[in-house]
Amino acid sequence: MSRTSDIPVLTVRDLTIALPSGADRDFAVTDIDLTIAPGQTLCLVGESGSGKSVVAQAVMGMLAPVLRVQSGEIALQGVSNPPQRSPEYNKLRGPQVAMVFQDAISSLNPIQRVGHQLEEILQVHGVPRQQCRGRVMEMLAAVMLPDPQRAYRSYPHEMSGGQAQRIVIAGALLLNPSLLIADEPTTALDVTTQAEILELIEKLKVQFNTSVLFITHDFGVVADIADQVVVMKDGQIVEAGSAPDVLQNPQHEYTKRLLAASDLQGNRPVQLHAEPIFEARDLSLTYTRGMFFNRTQVPAVRNVSLSLVKGQTLAVVGESGSGKSSLSKCLLRLQDVDSGQVLFKGQDITRRSGAELQAFRAKVQVVLQDPFGALDPRFKTIDAIAEGLIIHGVPKVEAHARALEMLQLVGLKPQAADRYPQEFSGGQRQRICIARALVLQPEVLIADEAVSALDVSIQVQVLELFADLQKRLGFSMVFITHDLHVAAAISDQVLVMQHGRVVEQGPTVEVFANPAEDYTRALLESAPGQKRGRVA
Amino acid sequence: MDTNTQNRRSGMPMAVRLALIFIALFVLFALFGQWLSPHEFRATSLFDRLKPPVGFGGTWEYPLGTDARGRDLLVRLAVGAQITLIVAVVGTLIGAVLGSLLGILAAARRGFAETLVVGAVDVQASLPIIVVALFVLAMFDSSFTLFLLLIGLSGWEVYARLMRGAVLTAKEQGYVTAVRALGASPYRIYLRHILPNVISVGLVQFTVNLPLTVLLETALSFLGLGVQSPLTSLGQIMSEGRDRLLTSWWLTLFPGVIIFLLALSISLVGDWVRDKFDPTLRTEN
Amino acid sequence: MIGFIFSKVARAVITLLVTVTLVFIFIRFSGDPAAALAPPDAPQEVIDQYRRALGLDQPFWVQYTGYLNRLAHGDFGYSIHSGRPSLQIFLDRLPATLRLGGIALVISLVAGLGLGAVAALNRGRPVDRAVMGFSVFAFAMPNFLFGLVVILTGSLMFQVYLGGQGASGSIFGVVAPALTLGLASMGSYARFTRSSLLETINKPFMLAAEARGIPYKRRLLRHALPNAAIPLVTLVGLSLGSLIAGSVVTEQVFAWPGVGQLLVRSVATRDIATVQFLVLAIAATMVIANLIVDLLYLVIDPRIRAR
Repeated sequence: MSRTSDIPVLTVRDLTIALPSGADRDFAVTDIDLTIAPGQTLCLVGESGSGKSVVAQAVMGMLAPVLRVQSGEIALQGVSNPPQRSPEYNKLRGPQVAMVFQDAISSLNPIQRVGHQLEEILQVHGVPRQQCRGRVMEMLAAVMLPDPQRAYRSYPHEMSGGQAQRIVIAGALLLNPSLLIADEPTTALDVTTQAEILELIEKLKVQFNTSVLFITHDFGVVADIADQVVVMKDGQIVEAGSAPDVLQNPQHEYTKRLLAASDLQGNRPVQLHAEPIFEARDLSLTYTRGMFFNRTQVPAVRNVSLSLVKGQTLAVVGESGSGKSSLSKCLLRLQDVDSGQVLFKGQDITRRSGAELQAFRAKVQVVLQDPFGALDPRFKTIDAIAEGLIIHGVPKVEAHARALEMLQLVGLKPQAADRYPQEFSGGQRQRICIARALVLQPEVLIADEAVSALDVSIQVQVLELFADLQKRLGFSMVFITHDLHVAAAISDQVLVMQHGRVVEQGPTVEVFANPAEDYTRALLESAPGQKRGRVA
Repeated sequence: MDTNTQNRRSGMPMAVRLALIFIALFVLFALFGQWLSPHEFRATSLFDRLKPPVGFGGTWEYPLGTDARGRDLLVRLAVGAQITLIVAVVGTLIGAVLGSLLGILAAARRGFAETLVVGAVDVQASLPIIVVALFVLAMFDSSFTLFLLLIGLSGWEVYARLMRGAVLTAKEQGYVTAVRALGASPYRIYLRHILPNVISVGLVQFTVNLPLTVLLETALSFLGLGVQSPLTSLGQIMSEGRDRLLTSWWLTLFPGVIIFLLALSISLVGDWVRDKFDPTLRTEN
Repeated sequence: MIGFIFSKVARAVITLLVTVTLVFIFIRFSGDPAAALAPPDAPQEVIDQYRRALGLDQPFWVQYTGYLNRLAHGDFGYSIHSGRPSLQIFLDRLPATLRLGGIALVISLVAGLGLGAVAALNRGRPVDRAVMGFSVFAFAMPNFLFGLVVILTGSLMFQVYLGGQGASGSIFGVVAPALTLGLASMGSYARFTRSSLLETINKPFMLAAEARGIPYKRRLLRHALPNAAIPLVTLVGLSLGSLIAGSVVTEQVFAWPGVGQLLVRSVATRDIATVQFLVLAIAATMVIANLIVDLLYLVIDPRIRAR
């Protein structure tokens, strides 16, 4: 099959899609123009609500019935597409255009073996039954699954997220489509797995001579794989061009902000005079899972020691399952440790209770990951922020006054005081959580994945808020994150964890520039945006 | 989004409105219906046995007819409605409070208390409540109190299971962790944060369980094992009229239709309440 | 997986044992069986004689183990009235109840699944609203009222009297009580099938199947239905309880000579031995049925097998 012609694989012209009445804006997307040449990768960059996934759905002919194409045209290989959701579209999905999704495991039927699901794709597109199995096995080998035979027989829940994504990619490429749409296919994965999947997509793109429409919010990924870049915001294209142009010389403010978030160098100078305020010595924690017969011991934290310098930020970095969240519970004394000590200002607090523990609670506070679950839906903003003060015996009137002050300090208007959490966006909620933690004037703040649930540009704002408040109020911070960019942006010191152990720790600038351990190096190299050298 | 919530707030479906009206009428009838008739509900009259209702050859003396002992059906229905209402509400409350407390206790304490409650739920779930009630009534003399307690037992295991689950989920929420870190006592965490957030689960289940309790009471009374003469309930009136179904249909159909409409109305309102309170259980999406 | 089977079986056995114990305690403390058995005006010596004969003078623990021992040997006591073994009386009645319950289950399953699927696929349309309306109606309709209305209609319009023993032979004579018994379950199956199917249709893998070019009908039949049907197995297991409860009333209304009627009659005549046996039999049936449901999951849901 030769695809050397100049006809673009995908053309989207003047696409405008209307939202149902009553939505927060009239159009999901407005005047979208895209062209993808054969063999090219176009990255569609945007945050949640930018309309990037709507574009993908429209190209797949799978636009939700409430969304209506107002005007514009979509053409594959120069041929105009049939109407949305029409049965003819089924013939295009697979041989012409295929799609992979963010959560690979849940995009597979949970009660069917994956091999059979892949064969079904061939069958419904008219491939003779006796050829199906062979072609599926070939494809499973092509996506480099270690044991294709076993993968064929597996059920989705038996696979890891990365393996499942390989299966889904295999299914998408089975009929050799000219265009592969990938909708945030690596967002749910750990950094190292993410790098492997990106590499695989790059390899298969060449091998199968396929063009790729890659949807992402991460400019690191863009730097690694894109030929063309289109940046979307609020349903409109704000910037488009070739990848080097956009990366080296971004025009739009928004693009610049997103690009800044993918910086991977520490930016805080190394300080020498170090007075520790918060320390952990040889912390160990083991969970017991299951009942009676299948009881197992799961070590979560193994002999972790750390030291937080007054006024500084220590980033704890690790992939999922590294034990970093268990560590934060131990540091906060929300979880009793098996052995080891937590020292606050030189005092061991691991065995404290009663008034002494209360005093510690006032001095060490936390901001959690999920801003949607972290606020009691039945508490008004002002009550949520004031609660800590009231618990510690501050009279209600004074507590409310101080809460109101704090509310403004985190950048919210006083009118927000009488609203409920449901009425705020994720970023605003996280500001409320920060206010709740800081109103007690703690000396140590533990932020457990505090920006991970937020969109990139909001992340940047919240990180700036953290840094600004730290400068003004002088607290020290332990910042737990899986995201190396976040660690680079906020920390003085960094501590890398794997399987519950500390792999490496030191000043952020030094560790990121010259990692001493293989695992740290692997993590840094897998971080998106590293392959083609630093950008901008 | 604003127009959406507006619609949902004002847009009470016609069926739900009618159901609420019927429930209101039923309660009024149960409370004051006895004054609609000059007769007393136990007063027999040998000359007025099995009179048909008005429109079927009866007179306004007995608008809904009389039973085999010449008692006025209208006043008996009013008293029966009262008893049925009391048994249903009190019985459902007993089960709700008992089950919810056990469920919350199980989730809060974990360990042995939880094992006991979960085991008790299993045992209760292995026997339909009507069978338990028959078993107990076979051994003890039926009294109104005993009957009320038995009805109260119905459905407790559902509350226990639901509340346990809800509290366990609530305990995992970020706000509980955050408030613990603020230094809140367990007492404060439960009273101010967890309970207010799980109470809606119990309220929703209450509306689901109420019609079931109505049906259980009337079924047991219908079998002659519930409310005993001289007291009466809607089910008991039906049971007395059962053998005369073909000749004196009004004795069974009037109370039967009231029971049906009552259960129907409560479940319609209950479904609506559930949709409002708990979007995850929504039936219309 | 072996741990899963073991824990389920252990739970079933414990549940049953607790039920047996509770039944024993209840019977033991409900009153003095000797006084009940002896003639009403018998002197104390006669009652004491009865007590010894029944083993009631033994310590509680000995009585309890003796009770378990008798149950284990299939000795479930004798009816006070006929003197026949309770087991025998039960077995005489069982076929009638199985016939009624079986037909009711089949009717409610087939109609409930069908109605639920039709409603889900026509979501928001009049058909959907009609099915949902029917399910509320079926839930709220007391089976004794429905049964009486069926009998009344039958005799007034078709001159068939369905309330007598003789009617159980004819087709209509079986279908009418089976429909009465199955109505409530039919409604809840319909409702549940609908919501389960709607939930499945909106799962990401259904969207992904569409993206792979799999046609609508095939997506529905090969992917949505099998997934939606899994939780229904639990519902069928649970609704066995309401089927048993319903048969007590339905058999009474239609004078159906089954176990339910036997239970009501035994309660009314205070035939404790028979009532006790029936309660144990019902508990055992429910526990075993739910155990089967749990184990069935191993067959139909690969996610459980992995545990």
